[in-house]
This record gives sequence, C-alpha cells and structure tokens, in this order.
Amino acid sequence: MGNSLIQVTGLSKAFGMHRVLDGVELEVHGGSAVALLGPNGAGKTCLLRILATLSRPSRGSVTVAGHDCVREPERVRRSVGLVAHGAYVYEDLSAIENLRFWTTLAGLPWRADAGHRALVDVELERFATERVRTFSAGMKRRLALARFVLARPTVLLLDEPFAGLDQRAKKWLEEYLEAFKAGGGAILMATHSFGRELRVADRIAILTAGRIALDTARAALSHDDVQRLYALHTEEAS
Amino acid sequence: MTFARRAFIVVWKDLLVERRSKETLNALLFFSLLLLFLFQFALGSDRERLTSALPGLLWLGFILSGLLALGRTFIAERENDCWDALLLTPGDKSAIYLGKLAGNLLLMLAVEAILVGLFVVFLNLDIARALPGLALVAGLGTLGLASVGTLFAAMTAHVRARELLFPVLLLPIQIPVLLGAVKATEAILLGEPLGAVAHWLKLLTAADVIYLTVGVLTFDAILEG
Amino acid sequence: MSRLLGWLTAAGLVAGIVMGFGVAPREVTQGNVQRIMYLHVPSVWVAYLAFTVVFVASIVYLARRAEAADRIAHASAEVGVLFTAVTIASGSIWGKPTWGTWWTWDARLTSVAILFVMYLGYLLLRGMIEDRERAARYSAVLGIIAALDLPLIHFSVYWWRTLHQPPSIVKPGAATMPSVILAALLVNFAAFTLLYAYFLHTRVRLLRREQEAMA
Repeated sequence: MGNSLIQVTGLSKAFGMHRVLDGVELEVHGGSAVALLGPNGAGKTCLLRILATLSRPSRGSVTVAGHDCVREPERVRRSVGLVAHGAYVYEDLSAIENLRFWTTLAGLPWRADAGHRALVDVELERFATERVRTFSAGMKRRLALARFVLARPTVLLLDEPFAGLDQRAKKWLEEYLEAFKAGGGAILMATHSFGRELRVADRIAILTAGRIALDTARAALSHDDVQRLYALHTEEAS
Repeated sequence: MTFARRAFIVVWKDLLVERRSKETLNALLFFSLLLLFLFQFALGSDRERLTSALPGLLWLGFILSGLLALGRTFIAERENDCWDALLLTPGDKSAIYLGKLAGNLLLMLAVEAILVGLFVVFLNLDIARALPGLALVAGLGTLGLASVGTLFAAMTAHVRARELLFPVLLLPIQIPVLLGAVKATEAILLGEPLGAVAHWLKLLTAADVIYLTVGVLTFDAILEG
Repeated sequence: MSRLLGWLTAAGLVAGIVMGFGVAPREVTQGNVQRIMYLHVPSVWVAYLAFTVVFVASIVYLARRAEAADRIAHASAEVGVLFTAVTIASGSIWGKPTWGTWWTWDARLTSVAILFVMYLGYLLLRGMIEDRERAARYSAVLGIIAALDLPLIHFSVYWWRTLHQPPSIVKPGAATMPSVILAALLVNFAAFTLLYAYFLHTRVRLLRREQEAMA
C-alpha cells in the first residue's frame, strides 16, 4: 500500500445555518480505492468538491497528494482528477478538440498523436472527430477520463461513476479503475447504490449526518453484509 | 509562453464553438441593423438631426450590442456545465480572462465595424478621413468596455437575474469611457486633429490600463468556487 | 467604546448645528437656505471617506480573506450610500431656491449621482448572492473597481461640463471663505466624521452578531 494521498481531519462545512459536514475523518492510500456510501444529502458531493478544491472547508484540514487544499489549491489541482455530475466537455467540439482544449489549458504540451493515443486508451478513437453532442453518457465519461490519460493525476475523485452507463461501459470503467490503482493512484468514489463501486473498493466508508459512521476493509464483507451495515448506520442517524 | 498558449486556446475554443453554433455573431449583426431602425424611428427621419447626434448614437449602439455580447461571455461554460472544470484546471486563471477578453474584443469590434458601415450607408456619410481616428477611439473605448464587462460577466454568471444585474453593475462604471469615447468621436467626425482630444485619449488609455490590471489580478478570486 | 463614540457624536452634532445655524452669519444673497451647505458639504466628504474605506477593506479582504474586513466594507458601503443620498437630497433642496431647478448636470452633482448608482449596485450585488463567502469576494472586486473609477469619473464629468459649455454655476458662497464660515464647516466635518464612525461601528457589530448567530 502506498503513502497517504488523501487525508481529511476534523472537516466541517456549513452553508449558513445548515451544517452539511460535521467532523469528517478519512484517509486514502495510494494503490487503493475507497467507496464512500451515503444517502442523498449526506454530504458526499460536498466532500468531493472540497477535496477537489472547488469549495473551502469551514473548519478542519484537508490534504491531497501531499498539499493542503486551502493553502495550495493549484498544486492539488495538478494531481487530482474529478469525474462528477458536470460533463466537462463542450458539446459543439469534437472529442479530439475537447482533449486539445483541456490539455493545453492545463499547461501540458499537446501533440495530436498523443491525443489520439489517449482516445484509443478509452476506446473512443473511432469517434475522434465526432461532435460530443452525439455521444452517449458512457462515451462522455470516457472522454472525461481520456483527459487523465494525458494529465496523469495521482488521485481520482468520482461521484456516482457507474450511474447511467451500460454494461459494456461499466466493465470498461471497472478495468480502468483497477489499472489506475495498480499504477499507484488513490481513488475515492461516492455513491448511494451498491454497484460495481464495491467491487473496485478496498474499503467502505459510510457517510451519514455529516460524519463517517463506519470505515472498514471491504474484503471480509459480503454484499449483504454491506447492505445491512448501511441500513444500520443510516437508520441510526435518522 | 505557456500563459500565451493557454490564453490562445481559450480564444480558439470560443471561435470554434461560435463558428459551429453560429448563434452570437449573426444575432448581433441583425441586432445592429435593428438598432439603426430604432434610432431612425425614435428620432425622426431628419437626416441633419441624426447626423449631429451621430457620435452619441454610434456609442449607444456600441454599448447596447456590447452588453449583449459581453453578457454571453460564459454561456458556453454554463450550457455545457464546464464552469467547475475551468476552475479545476491548474495554472494562472488570468489566462482565461485574457482569452475571453480577446474573444469579446474580436466580436465587438466586428459588430462595431458593421454598425459604422450601416450608418454610413443609411445616412450617406463621408467619414473616410476620420476613419483612422475613429478606429483608435473605438479600439480604446471597446477595450474599456470589454475589460470590465468580461470580469463582471464572470461575476454575474451564477447570480439569479444576471441579465438585469450585469448591465446595472457595468454601466455606471463605464460612464467615463462613454463620455470620453463620445466626445473624442465627436471631435474626430468634425475633422479635428487627434491632438485636440489628447486628454480624452489619455483618459481612455488610463481607464483601459486600470481595468485590465484589476481584471488580471482579480479574475482568480471571481472564478474560485 | 460605542457609548463613548455615541456621546462624542451627539456632542459633535450639537456643536455643528449651533455653529451652522447660530454662529455662522446669514448669507447675503441666499438667506438662510445657504445654511444647508453645512449639511451638504460634510455629507459628500463623508461619502468619499466611506467609499475609500470600502476600497481599502476590499483589498485587505482579497489579500487576507479576513471576515472582519468584509464586514467593514459592507457596513461602510451602506453608510456611504446613506450619506450620498443625503448629499444629493440636500444639494437638490439647496438648488431649487438658489438655481431655480431641482437638478442640473453640474459636474459635482453628476459625479455624486454616478457614485450613488455605483454603490447601490454594490449593495444590490451583495443582496443577490446567498453564499456569504462568494458575496464577500465579488463585492470586494466591485469595491476596488468602483473606487478606482472615481478619479476617472471626476475628470471625465468635469471635462464634459466645462470644455464646451460656459462655466457651470459656481457653488454659492464658496468664493471667499470668512473664518467663521470655515470654522463652522470644519466643526461639521468633524461631527459628520464622528457620525460616520458611529454608524460604521454599530453596523459592523450588528453584522458580526448576525454571522455568529448563523455559524
């Protein structure tokens, strides 16, 4: 297991009077994946956004890839890839044009052949010059991940990564995430369903009422175990 | 060098999106034509009257179409849900500001040129000798409009009633630019040499420098989540 | 602290009123209406002071993200808008009997009117953003640009009015300044500055209590 790539200590986030996160503690090591389970509104998206430096914590400390999210957001952004609800692609541009834009904007060198190879890796090479407007949800997600083939983040943050994908795309994503782990990266996946995220995960953390109610290794648990634990902890909170 | 590449890629992307969707430029050109009609109907067909009010009408036209163009600066990001992605991209965010600014300038100057052309045709004007001076003033004034406008467009992108708030915030700030541009245009159209309006040109330049500097320094703070 | 400030302010205002309405001489051509000057001129001074404070506080906020700086900027803008409104209203009331009109595009009045609209926009922006931190950042940027715009506005409006028009109406009573009138003005300057400080202090405290209650 690699070194600690995500460290969250005493994290709280409040919007006005409403406290969404209340003392979250979490750690994810390189080469491993954590599935963050929780009902809607539990704060999973909020936590991911803070880790991605899209939002600032009200209290507590957050360190990603060795850099503090509040004090050194730029450094964090270089090492992090976020795949969330936003599509992050321009519908009027083609796949290769999108890739060129995001890669150049990130300050990375762009070469068309490297871009095409990235599209090959995510099985979109055939659609390189097609407008993204015509893509399915799975294809858009693969394009979002193609950026990371070039940008090579060490941490992946995913919000409902398998939602809306067909079987083939799900299988592809699972393999992609396993390869990412094998390369030493850390993965944090937020979800409110018990899908393939559990297969990829090495640990399960249950987020409810703003804190981590349970954080345990996944290996020993069966699918039913997980469901029971989940029901138990989320019921406790409500 | 990377900074310039990044700013350029923003312009490239915006031009590409505009060329594919063809939304903004066509509508703005049509809008300019309509403005001309509006001025004609509102002020009557007395050509003398319109010609004497020309500097003001020109800049009213530039500002009205400019407001529309600037308000749409981040529309591609909003519609494609890319706002967060812009923020997440590592690197100095002011490259994005300058890229967006350059795109807006190109758009606005194109529309202004067409508007001037329309005025020349409809009012049968002869402004050939005034053109270089006019171009200079238009350039300085438009830069002033666009530099603050691009910044405020980012600011109001996520606010409710942004279509109202954007002009309300922008217009008072732009009054010096408007005054300077109209007065300078007036003098130039009357055939006066540029030296006669040197103080206005200096004001416009000072305004541009101030606005650009603030824009570059604070865009990061606006974009931040 | 605020009680001391309150008493000082009250004392200052009383002194100001006494000076303005009692001690200072009745102006020859305009009569007692001219006494509005002791309200009008200090008001515009305080307005500019308030917006300078907004400028500085905005810069401090962006540099340090100190919430106190944001509260000061917010409160100062509110007080500034208030004094600007007083300036415009008192100027208008002064103008009607002396110039025969409620409003004129005199350079000074025009500048103040633009100032008023700009900072109303500032308060409007603040009101329309729910996220407090974002409102603070955005208004700080607006506060900086608005303040930097002030000299541009001053010059452009002044040139606009004076270069192609006959000299605009000189402010009545400002030509020669007998020492009594000057003294009365200065006392009122001081009183109004104290009033500004009192309002600012009270408003900042109120903002802080509001924010603490929400946390």
